[in-house]
This record gives sequence, structure tokens and C-alpha cells, in this order.
Amino acid sequence: METNTEKQEYTITVYTENQVGLLNRIAITFSRRKINVESLNTSPSEIAGIHRFTIVVMESRDIVLKVVRQIEKQVEVLKAYFNTNDEIVWQELALYKVLSEEITEKVKVERLLREYGARAVAIRKDFIVFETTGHREETNKLMKALEPFGLVEFVRSARVAIIKESSGFHEKLKDFEKREPSEEVIENEYLGKREAVFTM
Amino acid sequence: MATKTLEKEQGELLEKIAVPTKKLTGSQAVLEACIAEGVDTIFGYPGGAIMPIYDALYDYNDKLKHILVRHEQGGIHAGQGYARTSGKVGVVFATSGPGATNLVTGLADAMIDSTPLVCITGQVFAHLLGTDAFQETDIINITMPVTKWNYQITDATEIPGILAKAFYLAKSGRPGPVLIDIAKNAQIQSFDYEGYTLCNHIRSYRPKPVIRKKYIDEAVVLINNAKKPLVIFGQGVILGKAEKEFKKFIEKSGMPAAWTILGLSALPTDHPQNVGMLGMHGNYGPNVLTNECDVLIAVGMRFDDRVTGRLDKYAKQAKVIHLDIDPSEIDKNVKATVGVWGDCKETLPLLTLGLQEKDRSDWLKVFADYNQKEYDQCIKEELYPTGKEMTMGEVIRIVNETTQGNAVMVTDVGQHQMVTCRYAKFNESRSNVTSGGLGTMGFGLPAAIGAKFGAPERTVIGVIGDGGIQMSIQEFGTIMQTGVEVKIMILNNQFLGMVRQWQELFNEKRYSFVDIESPDYVMVAKAYGIAGAKVEDRKDLVQAIHTMLSHKGSYLLEVMVGKEYNVFPMVPQGCSVSEIRLK
Repeated sequence: METNTEKQEYTITVYTENQVGLLNRIAITFSRRKINVESLNTSPSEIAGIHRFTIVVMESRDIVLKVVRQIEKQVEVLKAYFNTNDEIVWQELALYKVLSEEITEKVKVERLLREYGARAVAIRKDFIVFETTGHREETNKLMKALEPFGLVEFVRSARVAIIKESSGFHEKLKDFEKREPSEEVIENEYLGKREAVFTM
Repeated sequence: MATKTLEKEQGELLEKIAVPTKKLTGSQAVLEACIAEGVDTIFGYPGGAIMPIYDALYDYNDKLKHILVRHEQGGIHAGQGYARTSGKVGVVFATSGPGATNLVTGLADAMIDSTPLVCITGQVFAHLLGTDAFQETDIINITMPVTKWNYQITDATEIPGILAKAFYLAKSGRPGPVLIDIAKNAQIQSFDYEGYTLCNHIRSYRPKPVIRKKYIDEAVVLINNAKKPLVIFGQGVILGKAEKEFKKFIEKSGMPAAWTILGLSALPTDHPQNVGMLGMHGNYGPNVLTNECDVLIAVGMRFDDRVTGRLDKYAKQAKVIHLDIDPSEIDKNVKATVGVWGDCKETLPLLTLGLQEKDRSDWLKVFADYNQKEYDQCIKEELYPTGKEMTMGEVIRIVNETTQGNAVMVTDVGQHQMVTCRYAKFNESRSNVTSGGLGTMGFGLPAAIGAKFGAPERTVIGVIGDGGIQMSIQEFGTIMQTGVEVKIMILNNQFLGMVRQWQELFNEKRYSFVDIESPDYVMVAKAYGIAGAKVEDRKDLVQAIHTMLSHKGSYLLEVMVGKEYNVFPMVPQGCSVSEIRLK
């Protein structure tokens, strides 16, 4: 019982239709209960036409279970899962912008970057952008380590996660999409056509 | 190359012959959809952004009855009243901006009370979206938390498919309100109309969970072994049209059954196993005995906090069986020993099949004893008061005696609502229309109008307080114009009674802004062409109620009841159901 009411990190994976506004419907499930979303990522899934949300929250199991059921209730949601960190493989990507002169002048910085497996993704005369992927503690650590050495910008992506035990669901999804292909998203095609289209 | 193009052209030509299409505007397509869905009544109010639909409506007057309300909130509450008595989807039209935002309270009410509605709002031209255009409001995002589904249409070709989806979603599974926002250009746009196909499936939507035999079996064993089972039921029985199935279920096993405010009328009041109302102002027996039963069987109800009181002291001794069509309700508030997912129209017969026939008259006698106690200390004085002041209870008693329980009772929110639900008699289902979950003052009058359109052959009585009537009194205009026959009973205690009661009991009688003044209601009604009378003396009451009910056409009866009157029994907030107070 204690574990059910204790807060911990949960990764919620939601398989959905690709629909305008669904992001908001999912987001308000959390904000309504004043739950802070630690990270949110939307992406296609392995099945074309099916979308995937990955959401991280710090909450108790009891609460997460109820929230996930509310999410699953949304019309365009196919399935929602929640997992603790040991049930998933996950990564976050971080970018660090550092002043070039600091790097080139201080050997220590170079060593740091190598130690953390950082990769240079842009090299300019005045700054260099490095990238690492890993768990939050890892990307955080490098940020802290770089702070004294001219770190001018830091950004981290949302978590993406793979559920270790998901092969069963994948088959179902594939079969599902084959039987009933997804519909196309309809966007507002008039937005850019102001004056040309209508008059009152 | 040339031959290929020719082939293509021929193909297209053939297709056109095969599927004869006709040009319709988006607006016409909306109305065609309503007709195809069997809609006969629409409640609405026109405005700039929905003008094309209203223009089209001009030509559909013989097929669709449009009720012009006096405020969009009145329109949506009327739609709710209509849906509740008819069992059909209520349809509401409103324009963009303020028209649309005026729907929000009704949407929230319909959402929490699971009422099927399709609301169609006009929206500014698609190319103006996001420009703060005149009467533009982001109604999709505003209404997202209070709709089962909503969608914005910017192209007319979407209309038939989306409306089919809207009606299907509103009425299937756990019903709820759906809002479709249609940009003005889509209403005007002509397109090749290929007919209307009803929707009965959406790939990502499961209206009903699959029934699992395992849980049925487990529930049957629990009930058969129970010595003191108590059934508590909600609106799920009515929404699932499972009144007969429910009656068989409780009768076979001889179980007492108590109702939530929205479950009221699913089981006739006089049924020997009907033991009364649950919750804050419910009956003594079912509240106290919730904490003494050994198996609690919840059918189509959601353990609202007004029903359960303090959760940590709620039915802790009992094994709980919870039947619900919405899986997210199971374990939400009260942990179920067995959760029976599914439509109770299907699950109840499966349970009944396995039940042993039992005589539980000893257990029912315990309820009767509690009822006697409640009658002696509470009900008797309420229904047959010895004091000079009239009570709300005696008004309802006289209504019962006159209608014999055959009327539809619509209430607003507050003391009169609790009294009406406690004492009104019902013989048939879909007779009680009230704002349960949201507690929306101002609901009563427009809902009564809608209820009458939904059940035109029945007598509809709107019981409303002096507070609530003033929140939607403009709908007298709707009555005037349509000639709809609604009996309006204002129980006037010259206070916002429920809040005053709480201030008396919990705030040391610090009556903060609850002494509300009233206009001369009879005169107001008269101005709208509605007949009426005011009763201040008990000796006139019976005759006045008879006059109201026998009058041809709408009628307003104002009854002056005791000012500082309290509704009892009461489970004070934060208390357990077994701590219910009779005084």
C-alpha cells in the first residue's frame, strides 16, 4: 500500500490518433489535478498513422493509475500505459553551447567533454555546440560541470522511452492499423489566404 | 499518355454516374444530418456566425422544430431536459463568441451528469481564426474539459462525417455532450453531398468494455453468500435503459435498493425494496446501513462525495461490487472488491441468472425500522406540519396526491431540490430531471421547458426556488412564444435557503448575502402571458395546486414557505454517512 501512495517518476506512454487538439486534451488531464508534467514528447510510433506521447510525471501509483484511465477514456486515445523507470529504456538529449575561447584555452574543458562522451554538433569561431544523450542525472552533471567554463546555453529534450515488455501490443497495433487504416488529419487550409478568399 | 488521360476521365465519369451526388451547402448538410439522426426539436439562438445555418433552417421548418430560447444557457439546459425525458440526443444551436461561451455551464452540467447533447456553434471564417475577429472565441479549447468530444470544422465536406461521429459519441457508451464548431465559410460552402451515413464505430473508441465472465461469477458468489446486501443505484440504470433488468435483479435476491439523486425514478417509489435516497440529504436507513451491510452493490453510480460523505469511513466493512460502463469510475473513489465492467443492460441479467432466490425480509425490516424513526422525527412534521408556516414537503405531498406520481418533476438546485427528490413519488422512469453533479442554479426553468418537449404527453412540473428562478427567468419568454405547457412552482422562502442552512449550522447564523429579494412573480408571469397565483396561507394550498394542474397551458404557482427552514436528515460535510443527523 505504501508504494501506491509514494511519489516516484512514472513514464506514461499514450498511443493515439493523429488529431488536432488531442495534445491539449491530454495535457488538461494533468493540469486539472495540478500535476506538473516533467516532460512531454510527441512523435510518430512504429506504425504509420498512430501517434505516441511520452509523458513523465512525479506522482504516486494510485494517482497515475487514475489519470491514465482518464486519458484512455478520450475518444482518440487507443491505449495508455504507465511504467516505472526500471520497466523502460529511456533517454534524453541535451545541447550545450560553450564559448570557443574557453574550450580552446582550457584543457580541462576538453577532458570534461570527452569524459561525458559529448559530441560536437556545430563548431563556430565564437562558440561550439555539444550534444549528449543519457539519463537526466548524466546530462545535468555535464551542465553543472560546464557552468564555470562559459556555458552560455543549455537545453534538454523531453524523455523518449521504450517499454521493455511491449512486443504483444506492437503486434496488436500493427494488426489494428491494417484492418482500419487511420484517417488523414484535416488542417485549416484557409489560414494563409486572408484577403484572397472571403469577404463578409 | 493521351489514352491514359482519357481512361482516367472515363473512370471519373463512371464514378459520378455510380454515386449520384447533389450540391448542398454546409448548412443544409447540418440540417440533413439532424433529420437523418431523428432529431425533431432544436433549441437555439441565432447570431452572426451561425446565420447561414439559420438561413437554411428557414426552409426546413416543416421537418425540424426550432425553439427560440432567450439565452443560450437556457437553450442548453432545455436540451438537457429534453434529452433526459426523451432518452434522445438534445440538439442546441448557438453562435460564436458569447453565444458559444454561454453554453459552457450547460456543457459542464451535461458532462458531469452524462447527458447526451450535440451542440453546434457557429465560428468566424476559417481564415480569420486566431485574429481576434469579431465574436471569435476559442470555444474548442474552452470546452475541452467539459465535452466528451469536440471538433472544429473548416471545410464543408467534413460535415456529414463529423456530425455522424458527434451523434454516435453523444449517445453511445457513457453519454455526454459533444460540441461541433463550424466556421462560417464551411456553412456557406457548396459541396458534392453523397448522403449521410450513420456512424456506429470509431476505431479508437470503446463505448463499452468487454464483459468478463470471471467478475460476473465472483460477484454472484459474493451476493449469494451475503447476509446483508445493499444495492445502490444511479443514473446508469436509466441511461442503459435497464430498468426492467434492474428490477429483476433486486427482486430475485430480495435485496434492498437505494438510489442516488440521478438514479431516482429508475425504480418506482412504491416498490417494496426501494429503501430511499442516499447521501447528504438522503434517508436515514440507507445512509446508516451503508456502514452495516456486508456486500454493497453499486450499479451505474460513481460514488460522488455527496453520496459517500467521508471516504475513509464509508462502507469499510463491506465487500464492494461496482457495475459501471466507464472503466475509469471503478476504483476512482471507492475501491471495488469486484469491478464488473460493462453496460448494466447486459451485466445485470448475467448476474441475475446466477443469483439464488432469497427472502431477506428481516434485513428489509431493519430499513423499515430506521424509516419509522426518520418518519417520526423528521418526515411527519415535514409532510404534515403542525406549525403555522407551510413546508416544502407538504407542497410536494399534495402534488403527489394530485398527480399520483405520474408527473415529470424538474427541479432547480437547493433545498427545494432535496425536498422534491426526497418526497416526490414516481411510477415510471425518466420522470426526475435535476442538476445533480454540477448543482447548477438556473437549470430548473429551461430544463422543464425542454423536458416538456421531450415528453409532450406528460405533465411537467418545475419546482424552483426563489434564487434559481431569478437566474433564468428570461425563459418565461420561451414559454410565451412557444406556448409550451409547463407548471412552475416557486417555493419561496425569501432566502438562498441551502446556503442559509449551512450558515446557520456551521457559521453561527452569520447570514452573509443570503436574504434575496424577489419580484412579484405572478405579475412577471402575467407580463409574459402566463397565468399564476400566490399562496400564503395553508388553507388555499390544495386548491391552488389543483388549479395549477388543471389549468390549460402554463401556470406559475408561488408558495410562500417557512423562511428559516432546514432540510433534514443531513450528513454534515466531512462526516461519515452513519453520522447522519435527524435534527
